[in-house]
Amino acid sequence: MKSSSQIGKPTSRLEGELKVTGAAKYAGEYNVADLLQGYPVNSTITKGKIIKLDETTARQVPGVIEIFSHNNRPKLPWFDFMFMDMDVPPGSPFKPLLDEKIIYNGQPIACVIAEDFETARYAASLIQVTYEEEPFVTQLAANLAEARKPKKGMATFLKPLPPSPNGNFEKAFDQADATYSGEFIHGTEHHNPLELFASTTVYEGDGKITVYDKTQGTNNCQIYIANIFGLSFGDVRVVSPFVGGGFGSGLRPQYQLFMSVMAALELKRNVRVTLDRAQMFTFGHRPQTVQKTNFGASADGKVTAINHTAIAETSQIEDYTEVVVNWANMLYPAKNTKLEYKLVNLDVYTPIDMRAPGGSTGLHAIEATMDELAYKLNIDPLEFRLINYAERDVSSDKPFSSKELKECYRQGAEKFGWSDRNPETRATKRGNRLVGSGMSSGMWDVICIPAKAKAKLDKKGKLIVKSAVTDIGTGTLTVMTQIAADALGMDINDVTFKYGDSKHPMSPIQGGSYTTGVVGAAVHGACQALKKKIYKKARKMENSPFSSAAIEDVEFKEGAIYLKGDSSKSVTFKQVIAQNGGDPLKASKSNIPNVFKLKQYTRAAHSAAFVEVEVDEQLGMVNVTRAVTAVAAGRIINPKTARSQILGGMVWGISKALREETLMDHNLGKYMNPNLGEYHIPVHADIHDLEVIFVDEKDDIINELGVKGIGEIGLVSMAPAIANAIYHATGKRENKLPIHFDKLL
Amino acid sequence: MNNFAYQKAADTSDALHKVAQGTASSFIAGGTNLIDLWKYNLVHPENLIDINGLRDYKSINKTEDGGLLLGALVTNSATAYNEHIVEKYPLLSKAILAGASAQIRNSATNGGNLLQKTRCYYFYDAASPCNKREPGTGCPAKEGLNRMHAIVGYSEDCIAVFPSDMCVALAALEAVVNVNGPEGERKIPFEDFHRLPGNTPHIDNNLAKNELITSISLPKEGFAENYSYLKLRDRNSYAFALVSVATGIKLKDGKIEKIRIVLGGIAHKPWRVTEAEDFLIDKEANVDNFMAAAEIILKGAKGFGDNDFKIDLAKRAIVRNGMMALNPESQRPGAQPSL
Repeated sequence: MKSSSQIGKPTSRLEGELKVTGAAKYAGEYNVADLLQGYPVNSTITKGKIIKLDETTARQVPGVIEIFSHNNRPKLPWFDFMFMDMDVPPGSPFKPLLDEKIIYNGQPIACVIAEDFETARYAASLIQVTYEEEPFVTQLAANLAEARKPKKGMATFLKPLPPSPNGNFEKAFDQADATYSGEFIHGTEHHNPLELFASTTVYEGDGKITVYDKTQGTNNCQIYIANIFGLSFGDVRVVSPFVGGGFGSGLRPQYQLFMSVMAALELKRNVRVTLDRAQMFTFGHRPQTVQKTNFGASADGKVTAINHTAIAETSQIEDYTEVVVNWANMLYPAKNTKLEYKLVNLDVYTPIDMRAPGGSTGLHAIEATMDELAYKLNIDPLEFRLINYAERDVSSDKPFSSKELKECYRQGAEKFGWSDRNPETRATKRGNRLVGSGMSSGMWDVICIPAKAKAKLDKKGKLIVKSAVTDIGTGTLTVMTQIAADALGMDINDVTFKYGDSKHPMSPIQGGSYTTGVVGAAVHGACQALKKKIYKKARKMENSPFSSAAIEDVEFKEGAIYLKGDSSKSVTFKQVIAQNGGDPLKASKSNIPNVFKLKQYTRAAHSAAFVEVEVDEQLGMVNVTRAVTAVAAGRIINPKTARSQILGGMVWGISKALREETLMDHNLGKYMNPNLGEYHIPVHADIHDLEVIFVDEKDDIINELGVKGIGEIGLVSMAPAIANAIYHATGKRENKLPIHFDKLL
Repeated sequence: MNNFAYQKAADTSDALHKVAQGTASSFIAGGTNLIDLWKYNLVHPENLIDINGLRDYKSINKTEDGGLLLGALVTNSATAYNEHIVEKYPLLSKAILAGASAQIRNSATNGGNLLQKTRCYYFYDAASPCNKREPGTGCPAKEGLNRMHAIVGYSEDCIAVFPSDMCVALAALEAVVNVNGPEGERKIPFEDFHRLPGNTPHIDNNLAKNELITSISLPKEGFAENYSYLKLRDRNSYAFALVSVATGIKLKDGKIEKIRIVLGGIAHKPWRVTEAEDFLIDKEANVDNFMAAAEIILKGAKGFGDNDFKIDLAKRAIVRNGMMALNPESQRPGAQPSL
């Protein structure tokens, strides 16, 4: 049975061919009949109100059907509650076209509906808006004095606020033999998935709609739309089988969904609204964050004092929070800690989770501070981490459900050749280039939440499994198929996973690295339940070879049940279905995590990144010439798609450290580089040798599969390792990301 | 996108005739910049003349004076990989291949490359003030985001830079732009083609209304022995130059007989200071002499905050590229610094 196991098998994406041949249809590609196209109009001021919206010229453009704004929108609920989605932060959610008030630059203020996209876009440009402007604030660094504690709410349950101080930080810091105090500046980033946000709403009549939407949660959008437009859940179907990247941007319904559905319901027509690339910068983003660290250590290398403060931006309407400062004390068991996280309200849209939210921000500050301390103590940076290795999470006084970080350090360092490193900074050269290497630890928590799945053995003896979950490009379809096939000992070609559709069993939004663990456990559970039904049915058959066999005595393989130890005794699934009168056998599983057991443990994936950089000594240009990331993330279902996830995270780390930032003109309160020409993400020429190691890790606590998730863990350790390698190469500590090459001149 | 008339021109006189009809006329060749500007709602052509059928301008030919004539409609890629260019004007080839992406170079034409617009953030945002787009509205870049902006040759009204790589090499080669228009044919030395912003930043070049670039003449001297193009930018490909340098050197007995140094990414046009070139004549090609020349080139340069680094960077780039020109093999893909 083990040899035929689907779990752990490197498997190519089942939808890969559809994607590379263009056959896979995305939300903005459903060309249903009689389709109208919408184009939103965005505010060009940052704060104030609309005095007049002159649509006269725009309405005269042939092909324009309607222009929606706060002046003529349908009646909408005024309760905040009706606009809340599964990822809503505490506060009052944004309500598109609510009234004349402008709360951020780029706010959608109208939507032109026309016979085709170009007409809609052109007419939108002809709308003359008169505003009354008010003063605004968008710069975090200039408003740190306004920082305050965040409100608590549903979101802070999954993203806990910092623990209370421990010991006496001030005293321990004063008495430390070595200290480092750093300020770390992170700018705004936008997700920029390749696929533009789009919603195609098909008006089915009788108040029923089907929406092809770009989202990370079909149920989330279904509920949001039904609540806002007063439809019953059953009349709203949200379909999203292919998603061209999400990275968090699709965790909340975005305004094109609202516009598309509103127009479809009002006009009783099919309507698509697709945002353009510039409009992709008019909703959630990774928040600007300013961090301060004060770490102290004793001469023998023990970290004794940790103070980590983060101040992040949020909008004027919601308290978006992320976990930035909680990590240091989970990684390093200092007894004296003071961790603080605060927010400043700015006139921007509410930030939204972006790949490794908080973790990628906080770990840069923590791991760069650790690096500085290691140099000050004259201890190898890796050795310094080992001296401070946490066998137990002292921040919450709990054991880890499992933790193979030490093995990540060992295997990563060995593969990288860390021991060959000259500890001196600015001491290694290759031609015109300074060479440096740096490392960093990484950590990401394991979130356990409910999910449901259904499994069915159909008339032909094939397995069909269903969940509303999306596949945001991570390999979810393939992985779920593997989990299901594995449970019943089937070939993956005999298993169909139906997903990306709100009509299937409820799934949480896809994010936080929890999908494989959470939905995977539900799929596994549904298949186990189905297995029992198949076995029972087989046992009841006439002359059943299993009449005296318990379920432990049989094995499921190759579409049949066999008596263990006697492969001549078997019943095929087809025979079982025939026994059932030709009717399919069905089972379902609502996977509710055992909170009481789980909360006794700190649950996290870990990683260690080792990076080599070359920096042109005269010109400052930086290249990450090679990197190794070793990951301990529990059981790896599909090493191939998992490797891709980690590689993607590493590339993102290069981007975060050296490339991407959204530039805001604070005089205008506006993002000025909303296109892929000027928003620099890495190109092929920026990426060199990347290696991924998965360290064996067994975890019986987190879920039945022992899966931790790998979406963010490849990113968190990469940017700090690059910053540390640049320090080693140049002797310059740059704490503002991205590190522009001119700072190294 | 507004409605517009689309016409194909059969030949030059047909193109010039058609472009004179209507008010908002525009030629289209590769369209790599025009279509972007149109979609961003910055231009609204109503009478679009497609000149891709003009066969006369689709080839590269040797001229009697030992030079080369580049058709305006030859794509950037075809030019960069043309055997005569690779052999005699490798500096131009390297510069072209450092620009944009393979897809854009496959579509963009030589004539269009000269006419591309600045990539200034404010110019590209229809809602922002911009003297280049709407004279008299102001220049937010001076007090705003100006990492990519000019350090020399700018004016009170505009600090935008011209983004082309190809044109930096063409300036170094002393190319001549051949145009045809309502007043007939004329030749514009490359030096005089692009303009500094002054108080008319909305006028990028000296092409008259309805004039068409037909070809570009390259003189005999191609600096094929000692040349280099270096481009410093925020990523290794598909980013505009913060500073770029084209250098061509002719050596005689170990000394500089002739040299051209032109910079991109720092001004409203390719930036050449002949005084620095004169300084280097009969001197040894070494770091100290290049640095002295760099000081002359950057004399009076001044930044606006974000782009202050460009002054020092440009000097370092001039020195490195001078040394790279002595060993052209040290050039790397994407015009990255030598190893």
